[in-house]
Amino acid sequence: MQDRPTYDELLEAVQHFIETDVVPALDGPKKFHARVAANVLTIIRRELANEEAQLRAEWHRLNEVLHSVERPPSDRDELRHRLRQRTSDLCERIRHGEADAEPWHGVVVTHVRQTVIDKLAVANPKYLNAESTKSTGGDTPGNDTTA
Amino acid sequence: MQNRLAAFVARQVGTETVSIHGLRRLAGGASREIWALDLQYEKDGLRVALPLVLRRDPSTAAVDTLRQHEFRLLRAAYAEGVPVPRVHWFADDVETLGAAFFLMDRVDGETIPRRLLRDDEYAEARQLMTAQLGRTLAAIHRIDRVAHHLDFLAAPAPGESSAQSELDRYEQIFRFITPDPHPAFELAIRWLRQRLPGGDRLTVVHGDYRIGNVIFGREGLRAVLDWELAHVGDPMEDLGWMCVRSWRFGHDDKPVGGIGQREEFFRAYEAASGTRVDPERVRFWEVLGNLKWAIMTIMQAKTHLDGHVKSVELASLGRRTAEMELELLHLIEA
Repeated sequence: MQDRPTYDELLEAVQHFIETDVVPALDGPKKFHARVAANVLTIIRRELANEEAQLRAEWHRLNEVLHSVERPPSDRDELRHRLRQRTSDLCERIRHGEADAEPWHGVVVTHVRQTVIDKLAVANPKYLNAESTKSTGGDTPGNDTTA
Repeated sequence: MQNRLAAFVARQVGTETVSIHGLRRLAGGASREIWALDLQYEKDGLRVALPLVLRRDPSTAAVDTLRQHEFRLLRAAYAEGVPVPRVHWFADDVETLGAAFFLMDRVDGETIPRRLLRDDEYAEARQLMTAQLGRTLAAIHRIDRVAHHLDFLAAPAPGESSAQSELDRYEQIFRFITPDPHPAFELAIRWLRQRLPGGDRLTVVHGDYRIGNVIFGREGLRAVLDWELAHVGDPMEDLGWMCVRSWRFGHDDKPVGGIGQREEFFRAYEAASGTRVDPERVRFWEVLGNLKWAIMTIMQAKTHLDGHVKSVELASLGRRTAEMELELLHLIEA
């Protein structure tokens, strides 16, 4: 076990330093890059907070979509690896035209959209808030995952 | 440099009284040079003063065909009535300035999209530019490639549709640059394959027509720039690219560059071109445009990940692919 601060608290400390001390002291492209760097830290914090839940939800959706129930690996690296493989299988099936027709087309789109929404909830939640005010015919914003 | 340039202009114009002031380098990146200067000369009793831009590529020792192509294309566009800087003199020798260059009018104005979208100064321009962009595109697509000797422009092979060759090319690039699965891309590629428009009317296509590549002022559009990606293809490609989500800078209620609706853009194009716009064909190119941009975010992140350029900005672009994926799903499921 590590001592306080937790990794999230350390990341927050670095983020705060960049935002309040570094960005105001710079100009031009370096200022822009410093802002990007602070934003990258917020992405990492949201990913750390949400990864486990998102990976498992994606896994269970794939069980439904692929009509193949597998137990999720308990090791996080194995889970990511196996998810990647199963997603590649899904891509192969889409390439072969299996998702061209309903009802599977709708099932696949719903899963893929939710996976993309989960990605955006980590990478850029503001984008999702803008999306949810558009009439997109059934899109639901991701879970509230602000760090 | 100033003296050699003045001597060059003197030879072109046929006068001895040439003076150059205010020669200064403008922002243009490492791979191309853009200079501003003010030129004055006297000929046949008339005094001429021209604010100019010089375009030069610094690194070539041989004749630079790209500058010559750009020169010919701008000249053709100007002749067709497209708002572009008027080009004056091209030099393909290397003695004068070390590399091929040309001179063109300097157009004053703004290029930054956020200024157009936010500043009060451009409120009128925001109202006018959707239609202006449509009319101008019609003029670009009227450029006569034969009359203006634009045979250097890349074109689809005979019998091949530009839509198919573009889709093939980008699918290949996607599969080459990443082994990672992107089911949203697969769905979009499938959708595009099933809707390949054929029977192209082939015209000059600008290839990167968007706000960011135009000069504008209070009264709207002043000049179209950045013709490096011009080629021969389906003109609807340019209309589709203009509607790609990335160019709206957050103003998603206005799909055309964040300032207008597709209907107004299409109607202005139709009125100026005398042709009908098929919205389904434009939608194909808009979807393909979003896919191209999504692939570019992967390429930019890869530049950092492969160690070519270490940049936190490039790295972070890899997390923006998902924005394009959501837009692709939105477009193909609408």
